Amino acid sequence: MPAIVREENNNLNSNLLQKELLGISAVWWREFKVFWREKSRIVSSVVQPLMWLFLFGSGIGASLSVGSVTYRDYIYPGVLTMSVIFGSVFFGLYIIWDRKLDVLKAVLVAPVTRISIFFGKVLGGCTDVLLQVVILFVFSFLFPSVNPWGIPLALLILLITSIALVSLGLALGSLLESLEGFQVISTFLIFPLFFLSGALFPVDDKLPAWLSGLVKLNPLSYTVDGVRGALLGIHTYPFYIDLGIITLFAAAMLVLGSILFSRMK
Amino acid sequence: MAIIETQSLTKTFGKIQAVRGIDLKIEKGEIFGLLGPNGAGKTTTIGMLCTIVRPTSGAGIIAGFDIARQPTQVRRKVGIVFQDPTLDTILTGRENLELHARLYGIPSTVRNLWIEEMLELVDLRERADDLTKTYSGGMKRRLELARGLLHRPAVLFLDEPTLGLDPQTRARTWEYIRKMAQKEETTVVLTTHYMEEAQLMCNRIGIIDAGRIIALNTPENMIDSMGGDIVAITAPHPPLEIIRALPYVSGIKTIGDVTEITMKSAHLHLAKLLPLIPDVASVEMRKPTLNDVFIKLTGRDIQVDAKENGESWVDSVARYRQRGK
Repeated sequence: MPAIVREENNNLNSNLLQKELLGISAVWWREFKVFWREKSRIVSSVVQPLMWLFLFGSGIGASLSVGSVTYRDYIYPGVLTMSVIFGSVFFGLYIIWDRKLDVLKAVLVAPVTRISIFFGKVLGGCTDVLLQVVILFVFSFLFPSVNPWGIPLALLILLITSIALVSLGLALGSLLESLEGFQVISTFLIFPLFFLSGALFPVDDKLPAWLSGLVKLNPLSYTVDGVRGALLGIHTYPFYIDLGIITLFAAAMLVLGSILFSRMK
Repeated sequence: MAIIETQSLTKTFGKIQAVRGIDLKIEKGEIFGLLGPNGAGKTTTIGMLCTIVRPTSGAGIIAGFDIARQPTQVRRKVGIVFQDPTLDTILTGRENLELHARLYGIPSTVRNLWIEEMLELVDLRERADDLTKTYSGGMKRRLELARGLLHRPAVLFLDEPTLGLDPQTRARTWEYIRKMAQKEETTVVLTTHYMEEAQLMCNRIGIIDAGRIIALNTPENMIDSMGGDIVAITAPHPPLEIIRALPYVSGIKTIGDVTEITMKSAHLHLAKLLPLIPDVASVEMRKPTLNDVFIKLTGRDIQVDAKENGESWVDSVARYRQRGK
């Protein structure tokens, strides 16, 4: 057996990082193309939260307000978080489809590490979700209590949350073989995460103890708290607590996701 | 130096030995065919060479790189067309190639040029900006061939490249493969269970059965080794001993009423042979095919073994795993 050629090795190592970055951007590019192509999905992903705000929010708000803020304004940060939760987790879970249709197969044999492909996917998902959020921010002038100067901080919190949840979706998508698990995850994970985040109600001493306990355990409660603090000035925890907890959550999900994605068959 | 060389390449899934020690040497520019029934280990072998499947033991080198220790370098040197379509159907043909170019780090200065060249080669320029979900089966295959060659690999692996295509499209696909192999001086390694296609296309063939290479030669030599033409005679009581003793007869086999006689230059000897056999109902004469070679070597018929729809690599792995439990 001939000796293995090693001469090219040194050469390759020097631009290894560059090649991986190219790989990440390739996957990112693909996700953005796909997102942009499906205009109807973009429209519905923006219309749905607006319906929550105007149909649900105005309805409940007719007989309810929170402190000095109308109910509709009060849930605006929560509905933004809701868009991020559903958009991010579903984006990640979508790789079940990609695998079914063998779309991923050609990508996975490319000379790019799995971790880079994973990061490309995360970036792609976050871009999609944040673009939806930005469109929702355009409508913020319809909510008189929202302070536009808080938008950059809110965006940062939502970006970190999106990183966490796209990773979580990809992690679950790597484990699941079929779409049957999709419904189960939706019912037993996504909806509880949403309902227990305080997106639709204030977390104060009026809540039953069991409920406020569960809300405190949910990392997304800190997203809602942070965004609500940035936009409405109403919050339970200081920003550094909110940001710290979400960042830890995102880091944990990134690690979990990259491990499971790398092991995916 | 050979472009591909393997030594006792082995893959075990659980208790099942899918590939049991393959030694291969493939030279640059060859069109090499791996021929065998489903489950023989063709796809697993290709999977190992492309670094998708990790070998259990043994070694393999492609274009100077070790498949186990230098997978990234190997991946850059090989192109793959899978059994089942793996195109991104939500992207256009051109975008599929662009994604591939980006993943393989093709410099942006030549990216569009190479993409155009490939689209030209497979006659897809006019449909390049349509979504690939609108493509026909043959067009999808062509685009996948173009994608497999886009980064100018040293070796192109084709796993059942014509499976599921109609006969005309199959013939055209082979034309493209030949054209591309010539133009790009690419070594092609393909698997197929269409014997005639392998016979026509390949410089050399390895017949693989139950995870082992059982024959390795040019298709011509393989067929010559059968010892001439095959004459099938239907008759109730053929004098087998007399026929066997004839100098030009190299083999004899009976299946019910039919006696299959292998002989040199049947067109010359048949007239002398027939009067020796009483009550001949019918006579058929044909050249042996690779299928006959396969039957001779294994006692089984590859075409019967091969399911028309075939299995994807993932399916066969899954099947091996289940069996292994």
